[in-house]
Amino acid sequence: MELLEHFALGDLEAFETLFREFQGQVYAWILCIVRDPGSAEDLTVETFWRVYRAHTRFDTTRGFGAWARRIATNIALDHLKAVRREVSLPQDGPTESGGGSPPDSTAQRDIRSAIARAFRKLPARLQAVATLALIEERPYAEIAEALGISVAAVKSREFRAVRLLREKLRRLGVEP
Amino acid sequence: MREQSREELRKLLQSAIEPLEERELKQDLWPRMLRRLEQQSIRPPWFDWALVALVLIWFLLFPEVIPGLLYQL
Repeated sequence: MELLEHFALGDLEAFETLFREFQGQVYAWILCIVRDPGSAEDLTVETFWRVYRAHTRFDTTRGFGAWARRIATNIALDHLKAVRREVSLPQDGPTESGGGSPPDSTAQRDIRSAIARAFRKLPARLQAVATLALIEERPYAEIAEALGISVAAVKSREFRAVRLLREKLRRLGVEP
Repeated sequence: MREQSREELRKLLQSAIEPLEERELKQDLWPRMLRRLEQQSIRPPWFDWALVALVLIWFLLFPEVIPGLLYQL
């Protein structure tokens, strides 16, 4: 019997093997969405807990990674809805001139702060799509599979996120 | 126009949202997972509590069955 079949029967050793194989991937995916390593670790454990509880519903003919990623995405979305985390901005502290670029002006920092504020006010599902598509530049097909929606729906959410962000930025006095 | 708008906003977002410096998992989460599994296996399921509640209600409604039940035990 194969590993996935053992897992589907509730075998803890098979689950451990899968956990060790996929924990890094699931963590990295959640981190992309929530952007906080501590939360991503907690949510990774939560994801595998739900995966284990749902072992009887697992279709052994399909991939474990994609299934775990979809569950992880839902958990990350729930987290975004629950937590309105303060998005930290780059170079919030003393400015460092890493590549010889000039230090940030107050105006530039204000603009970035306004963008980050507007971004975290987006509805969770739009924020997740915007993060994955615009910041992480993940392929639409990958995002669609993780969210369990079509590529067209991903593009539609991205478009709505862009439009909403523009509106919010205008209200905050930033003209992108 | 739409593509241009997307590109402008993408650049703005990438400059405003802190980039992820470390994407690798730094520790094995299996010990935490095991603790979670153990905690959950200790916790009785909801239907156990529902059964206890039903028995208590039954005792309250028909207290005369208690001696009979104790005798059977």
